[in-house]
Amino acid sequence: MAVYPLKETKKAPQSQTKVILWLKDNLFSSTSNVLLTLVALYLIYLILPPILNWTIFDANFDLTADNQSCGREGACWAFIYDNFKMFIYGFYPQEELWRIDTMFGLIVVLIMFGSWIKKSQYRMHYIIGAFLIYPIAAFFLLYGGLGLEVVGTDKWGGLTLTIVVAAVGIVASFPLGILFALGRQSEMRIVKFISVVYIEFVRGVPLITILFMASVVLPLFFSVGMDFDKLLRALIGITMFQTAYIAEVVRGGLQAIPKGQYEAADAAGLNFLQKTTLVILPQALKISIPNIVGSFIALFKDTTLILIIGLYDMLAIVGAATSNPSWLGRNSEGYVFVAMVLWVILYSMSHYSKKLEVRFSTEHKN
Amino acid sequence: MSNPTDDRLCCDIIEVKGLNKWYGEFHALKNIDLTVKEGEIIVICGPSGSGKSTLIRCINFLEKFQEGSITVDGTELTDDVKKIRQVRSEVSMVFQHFNLFPHLSIIDNLTLAPIWVHNETKQQAKEKALTLLDRVGIKDQAEKYPNQLSGGQQQRVAIARALCTSPKIMLFDEPTSALDPEMISEVLDVMIELAKEGITMLCVTHEMGFAKKVADRVIFMDEGQVIEQNTPDKFFENPESERLQLFLDQILTN
Repeated sequence: MAVYPLKETKKAPQSQTKVILWLKDNLFSSTSNVLLTLVALYLIYLILPPILNWTIFDANFDLTADNQSCGREGACWAFIYDNFKMFIYGFYPQEELWRIDTMFGLIVVLIMFGSWIKKSQYRMHYIIGAFLIYPIAAFFLLYGGLGLEVVGTDKWGGLTLTIVVAAVGIVASFPLGILFALGRQSEMRIVKFISVVYIEFVRGVPLITILFMASVVLPLFFSVGMDFDKLLRALIGITMFQTAYIAEVVRGGLQAIPKGQYEAADAAGLNFLQKTTLVILPQALKISIPNIVGSFIALFKDTTLILIIGLYDMLAIVGAATSNPSWLGRNSEGYVFVAMVLWVILYSMSHYSKKLEVRFSTEHKN
Repeated sequence: MSNPTDDRLCCDIIEVKGLNKWYGEFHALKNIDLTVKEGEIIVICGPSGSGKSTLIRCINFLEKFQEGSITVDGTELTDDVKKIRQVRSEVSMVFQHFNLFPHLSIIDNLTLAPIWVHNETKQQAKEKALTLLDRVGIKDQAEKYPNQLSGGQQQRVAIARALCTSPKIMLFDEPTSALDPEMISEVLDVMIELAKEGITMLCVTHEMGFAKKVADRVIFMDEGQVIEQNTPDKFFENPESERLQLFLDQILTN
């Protein structure tokens, strides 16, 4: 028998420079990888130059140009400049635009103040208060009342409408979705039954159908003459739709929580509400963050469907703007612009979700 | 059934009568009778599937049972939620896999039940929690999260969490079975300290050294029944039933 001394730890050998090593490992590691790299480069060569030419090199950046003087070989960005207000505010009256600005400005201020008092013990009160009061303030700002001139929802449009629809859908469907997810897990048969039927029914129907139903069928349930708002109907439809998806995402999170967590909470004497809100949901929601945000991103994109029931969201504004005789045929510019705006918003959402994941991760830290 | 007599053991705190439990068709507990006196330290052992975990999990109603009765400190366990919570507020449990709440820091794990179930103030709960963490030797880890600790440390936190509600009875469900060998003793040491303080303990464990050292009574279960129970001396020196002899041979020879 023998005794061996402990060996010293050494650093891993490093011979080549990082860049070459990276290229070799990732792009040219094998014959098939080399082929794939070359094909990809060729595709980029095919696609990228025309896009750059149209959007930048052949484009006309003269913001005073009109449809004729702009030329046809590249994009005419004067179209966006000329219709910018319509893209953002829809058909909202010019002299009332400050109300929309205030609404968006208020949310920025609220968030900044929230992060400023991060350490305060009243932070939770502040967040809950803001969540309760802001929607009411936003409603009066946007719709009117309390001395402000009423602006009907038929005048709402553009990015404002897109954000309003998405935000209401997200904020309303989140708690509802959690309730349905818990309902589906419930031991109470009737609660479980209702949840399952609701979720499976809504998930089995396309959003367009739900929007049509909300727009055409829903009014049938109400007495004649009680005509309630088209936008409100769309919001109800979208919330219904999103609730079912959030419920399924949250249910996935709930199922990932080990049985031992329920038992530990039970054994400690927590009641059902405490067990759910203090132990189970925080963990389930944390696991679900990527899927919840993914679902919200899908919803944000789906809001463009409201144009079918005659609401002018940002995408529908392109159609409205190009039907103006002085900008006929400039759809491409409009769609590219809308795509870019949506991409910036959606990418920010998914980026934020990654940051949330990191912030909440207490598992697997070592 | 003869309980060992001891001055400090006076009154019955747990009374299990004619307990029967089935999992579907499987008869998991067969007509169990068991009386535990206040301050008694009981070790339950037996082969896996013998129903020992099921038995102690019935005592805080983590498992429902179909026949028989369990009375804990004067409260008979029924489906009544109030009674279940009453019993659970006096009985704490330590699990094989610790079951700490991974989203809460160590200190928050300890103060959760005192604050929400026992209506203590945050300040009170925190002070007591720190005292208990000090006792199990991990006060300096209070702000960390469970997954940053080793298995042995996590189980000691779990014991501290169980003690935080000042329970009359502690249930241990194989507290050292999921631990690496070198961490078992640090947990057993804490349990031995606890046993000396007069809290009632029911431990499902295969740590026979622990049983010899602190148990007032050792119970051997097999196939859902209590086969033999005795003081540790007689239990290990003169096992009466053949099955216990076989069992002891198996676990003591390796």
